[in-house]
This record gives sequence, structure tokens and C-alpha cells, in this order.
Amino acid sequence: MTELGHFSLALALAIAILQATIPLVGAQTGRRRWMEFGTPLALAQFVAIAVSFAALMHAFITSDFSLRVVVQNSHSMKPMLYKIAGVWGNHEGSMLLWVLILAAFGAALALFGQGLPVPLKARALAVQALIGVAFLAFILFTSNPFDRLAVPPFDGRDLNPLLQDPGLAFHPPFLYFGYVGLSMSYSFAIAALIGGRVDAAWARWVRPWTLAAWIFLTIGIAMGSWWAYYELGWGGFWFWDPVENASFMPWLLAAALLHSAIVVEKREALKSWTILLAILAFGFSLIGTFIVRSGVITSVHAFANDPERGVFILGILALLIGGGLTLFAIRAPGMQARGVFGVVSRESALVVNNILLAVAAFVVFIGTLWPLFAELAFNDKISVGAPFFDRAFTPFFVILALVLPFGAILPWKRGKLRTAARPLLGAGALAVALGALAFAMQTGRSALGPVGMALGAWLVLGAMTDLWLRAGGTPARLTRLPRSDWGKAAAHAGLGIVIIGVSGVMAWTVEDIRTVKVGESFPLGQYEVTLDGVANARGANYSTRMATMTVREAGAVVAVLHPEKRFYPVQSMPTTEAAIQQGLFRDIYLTLGDHQDDGGWAVRSYVKPFTNWIWAGSLLMGFGGLLSLSDRRLRIGAAARRVPAAQAAE
Amino acid sequence: MRGLRLILAVFLLAFALPAVAVQPDEVLRDPALEARARALSEIVRCPVCQGENIDDSNASIARDLRLLIRERLTKGDSDDQVIAYLTDRYGDFILFRPRLSGPNLILWGAGPVLLLVALLGAFLYIRRRSSAGPPAVEAPLTREEQERLAALTSGPPME
Repeated sequence: MTELGHFSLALALAIAILQATIPLVGAQTGRRRWMEFGTPLALAQFVAIAVSFAALMHAFITSDFSLRVVVQNSHSMKPMLYKIAGVWGNHEGSMLLWVLILAAFGAALALFGQGLPVPLKARALAVQALIGVAFLAFILFTSNPFDRLAVPPFDGRDLNPLLQDPGLAFHPPFLYFGYVGLSMSYSFAIAALIGGRVDAAWARWVRPWTLAAWIFLTIGIAMGSWWAYYELGWGGFWFWDPVENASFMPWLLAAALLHSAIVVEKREALKSWTILLAILAFGFSLIGTFIVRSGVITSVHAFANDPERGVFILGILALLIGGGLTLFAIRAPGMQARGVFGVVSRESALVVNNILLAVAAFVVFIGTLWPLFAELAFNDKISVGAPFFDRAFTPFFVILALVLPFGAILPWKRGKLRTAARPLLGAGALAVALGALAFAMQTGRSALGPVGMALGAWLVLGAMTDLWLRAGGTPARLTRLPRSDWGKAAAHAGLGIVIIGVSGVMAWTVEDIRTVKVGESFPLGQYEVTLDGVANARGANYSTRMATMTVREAGAVVAVLHPEKRFYPVQSMPTTEAAIQQGLFRDIYLTLGDHQDDGGWAVRSYVKPFTNWIWAGSLLMGFGGLLSLSDRRLRIGAAARRVPAAQAAE
Repeated sequence: MRGLRLILAVFLLAFALPAVAVQPDEVLRDPALEARARALSEIVRCPVCQGENIDDSNASIARDLRLLIRERLTKGDSDDQVIAYLTDRYGDFILFRPRLSGPNLILWGAGPVLLLVALLGAFLYIRRRSSAGPPAVEAPLTREEQERLAALTSGPPME
């Protein structure tokens, strides 16, 4: 099995090399058979990598301890779900998952791209395969998961028991589908640059892939953030850590790309900018891979401090980004925009959207890389952390949220600001009133909370106004609107809900740190918390100290919670398990600390307002994307058939 | 992988020592002073951790620094004086919010400057687009497209 997997991986590299050359040469010399050869090659490449991946999974499931990665990341007694998750819970396996997804996207393009112009499809498949060649070589030469041990041990070293969490098992694959999905936008962009043609049809083919990647990124990031919140014990949900930033930058650029591709599709403008964004969005996915894999920026997350791998990835980065940008510089000036539009128009609004998202991504980028740069250029050892990003990044999203509802209802080509603003008067007034209400109700004088509430409400109400206008003010027509309209409104409203959640929890969290003796009570915001007792107990593979704490509001019991301190003997690792009572408007979040000398227990308690809005809003954004994706217009086959009609209509 | 590694690393660091970050015995009696101490410890980096501030960190040096900050504040130091005290000993590395001076001006200024440049560029682009007519000559069909067109128009009607 293992040898088959190893062989299959090498075979995939050989197929990828063919796929990267034959269809491309065919497209350049006009040989149709050569171009069409890309389709079976893409499918074969996927099958080869899938066999290889299955072999690795088989090794994990059967606990084949002659493989180094299995020894280092698995244990014969581990539950099955985590044996499987262990496949991608390490560097080698995760890179294999990376190329598997890459090949899966290539195969999907081969299968569903029948309506595409043959040369475009051939070129896109070749570029996709070129990325595959680079990463397959990376795996085979620097990170081979099929490396054997000369003397296999009797059992493995186990995966950290704390990682054995169902949410975590699926967080990495989601993020991967997002990162790697952007390779499709990249491949299409390069293919279009080689072919020298970017038109409405091109944009229509690129958008579904970008949208899919963006949805996966949205959900993947939200999952990671949710995990950090409930598992880390102090209720943080975002740390502006380099690795988080590495996933956030492609998300921002993918969001920008989604919007600019609409302009290309509908109005044949912003062509070269859209191509550039497609290159950059995938480029940032690669930079993210580089940041994590090379360990060049030491962060909480960077484990793989391995210079050889870092240099290899840097080479891939230089080839794909540098090559892409060079090609762009040569070809882009030849692209002609056709659409004509006024200063006040949907087109202009989408330009502003793109500027804000791209500049925000750039701020995250420079903040993430600045410590490295400052050390190299000025020999300054400095740090850039959350306090920088909070200040430098937030203003762009505030501006974005302010202009978004206007932009969303502006007509294409030419609009009037006054006409566009009138229907939004109600939404604006209501949002300001909500903000003022929040200001009056809060105890401190924080601006963050009220402004966040107002902005969030403005986005949600603005999205509703948009739908209402699209339906011409007739409720019956709401259900007959295209799904992409609903998707747009849902995604915009989702952003508003996220803003409410983030600003609410940042502005109004109540925290309490104290020593409590059994039987004592203490106030926490409007609640009273009692420590009823602490008992020792035994879990499946851990021992635990579990507290029983009762939360009361005005005498009535709100919740009985059990925060724990666990100890896992296998890895001799203690963990803190927070107990959370989730609510629509606030979470009660309790953690148990050490036993103190005076006989009490250290207890950290929080009331965290609006936390769940962060994840609810993220889900709504992802759902909006899904609705849009399911719109008939964007279906890959349908797109091809409808293009001539759509063009004639314009 | 990124996610899982993230998780692994956070776990190992966060749970290397069993304590929760800020301990009850550190908390100052004066709530105003305590709030200032917490705000400060959120921008001070734990020197031995990877990317954690001393407020979240469980390392013993982080605890020492938290106590040090509280000691300076109780003695009447201003926030700036506490920061200066720390950077004199540990360098700017210890600040998560880079100073607004020297090369860091590039870091802080990059976003706003880029925004202005981009807006200017966009304005010029949009103005050109709003006055431009459509290009005079449409791109001629390629050979490939002519073949497809011929195939489509000569074949039986679709669907």
C-alpha cells in the first residue's frame, strides 16, 4: 500500500509535467488534439494523487509505524476520527492534502469546463498543472510523507490529545479548499494573459471558482476563530497572529476579486485590475504557505522552522507570483476596457470597494512582514501585534461599511447620489438611533460599541432596503428575485452582524479575576456567581477537576456551569476547559484556575456580549455566497450556454 | 495544516504551564489603576513567548512583568513612563504597538498613503471612463472563434 502511494505520487508528478506542457503547446500552435489532451491528464493526475492520499490514510488507519509521519502523529489507541484527521495534522500530510485539492479543482475544471473555449481551458489546465508540478516536487524532495523508518517502534507518539476535537478535524481542510481554490482564479488569469483576451465570458467562468474559494475561506476562518474562543480559556477570538493573517489576506483579496469580476462581467471594465487581483489573491495564499512553512516569522503558530523547505517555497513563490506579474506587465496594457460609466455609478462604487479591501489587505501584509523587514533593513528588532492592527486596519472597514449600502443600490453606468440616498434614509436613521441607544445604555463612554452597533445595523438594514428596492416594493416579488440578489443581501447583512459581534464583545466584555472559596458568591455584571463545589473526576483518557458554579440573575438561576481543569497523563499535559453558557445577546464564560494557598480557587469569569453574532454573521456571509453560487447564471454549464444571449442583450 | 499547527502551537504554549494568565493575587485594589495596568499589559510582548502579550501569557517572566507594571503604576508612574522603563530594559521588541517614529512611520503611513494614491488613481480612471467612448474597432474574431461560429450556425439548432 505504502509503496503504491509513493509510486503514485511520483507518477502524479510525471503526469503534471505533461499536463503543464502539452495543452499549452497545443494552444500556442493551434493543435486541437494537444489542447484536448489536458482533460484526461487532469483527471489522471487527480486519480494518482487520490491513490497516494488514500495510501497515506490507510497507513494512519492501520497504524503502520514504519512510516515516520505516522509514528510522530498517531497512536494505535487513538479514536478513528482522529486517526483520519491525523493524516493532515502534520506538515507532510497537509501538503499532500494541498495538492490533492489542487488536483481536484483541476479535475473539476476538466469535467465541468466543457463549455469553455478550448484554448482557454487548455491553458488554464496547464497553469493549474504547473502549480501542481511545483508542489509535488516540494513534497517529494523535501517533505515526503512516505519516508520509512529503519527500525519501526511499537507504538506512535500520539497526536496532542487536545487536538482531538471534531471541530478541529475539519478546520484545516476547509481553509485548504479556500486557499487552493484561489489557484483556479490564478490559472484563469494566466490563461487569459497568455491568450490575450479578457471579456465578460471570462469573468463569468472565473467567478464561481472564486466564490467557492471565498466561501470555504469564510467558513474555515470562522471555525478557527470559534475554536480559539471556546478552547483557549480567555475567550479571545482573533489574535492578529501571522498565521491568522495569512488566511485573512487571501480572504480580503478574494472578496475584492469577486466584486471586480462583476464589473468585468457586466460592464467590460476593470479588466487588467481583475487579472492583477486574481494573481495577487493566489499569491497571498502562497505567501501564507511560506509564512507558515518556513517559520520565517516566529509566531505562536510557526512550528515548521525548516530553512530548506522555506527556500523551496520561496522559489515556488518567486516563480508563480513573479512569473504571473511579469506576464501581467507585458500583456495588461493591451487590454481595452469597453464600458463607459459615470463618476456616481455602481462601477465606481465597486472600484471603491476594491480599493478599500485591497488596501486593508496591504495593511495586514505590511504589518505581518514589518518585523522581518525592519530587522533586515534597519537592524531594528520590533514587534507588530494586535494594538497595531486594531488601529491601522479598522478604519478601512469602517469606511467600507459606511459606503457599502450606497454602492449596493447605485445603478450601473450612471446614477445620482441623491436618488440613491433617499431610500436609505430610513435605514440610516434607524441605525443612528440604535447607536445612540447603545451609547445611552452603556456604562462607560466607549465609542467602539455604539459605532459598531450603528454600522452593523446600517449594513443589515441597508441590505434589506436593497432587496426591497429590487423587488420594486412588492412583497410578492421578493421570492421571485434571483438567488444572487438574496445572496448579495445575505452576505452584506452577514458582514454587518459580524461587525456588531466584534465591536460588542470588544467594547462591553465584563471580566472578573478573583480567588473564590467553595460556597462563596461574587458579582459578575448583572449576575451573581456561586462556587458550589470542586470535585475530582475521571474522563476517558484524562483526570479532571470539575467545578460546579451556579449563575443567578436577580435570584433566579440562569445556568449551572462546570469549568474544568483536565490533565492528560499520556502527554502529561494540563488543559483548561472553559464552561460557556451561550446566549443570543451574551455568553457567560467561566474558567477554573489553580487551587490557592488560602484554600480558595482562582476563577476567571466573563460576560461577553454579542459573541455569537461573530460566527452567526460569518455563517450568513458564507450562506450568501452559497446562494449566489447556486444562482442559475453562475452554474458552470449554464454560463457557457447563456453567454451569447447575454452579450446580445447588452 | 496551518490550522492544526496553529492549534498545536497555541496549546503547547498556552498549557505548558497550568496557570491562567492574570492571577487573582496580582490584581490591584484600585480599579482605575488595575484598568491601566491591564491596558498596558495588552501592548507588552512576553519576551520568551511567540507572539503573545503578557496579559495572555502564562510564562513566569510575563507574570514578573505584570507585577512590575503594577509596581511602577502604584508608585505613580504615568503610562508613558512605564513603557519607557520597559523599553529601556528590553528594547522596542517588547512593544506590540510600534512607535510612531523612525522607520516605523512607513509602517503606520503605508495604509493611509496607499489609500490616497489609490483613490486618486481611481478618480482619474473613472473620469477617463466616464468621458471615453467605446473603442472604435472591435477586436476581430480569432480563427478559433470563426470556426466555432461556423460550427454553431451550420449545425442543428441547440436544445
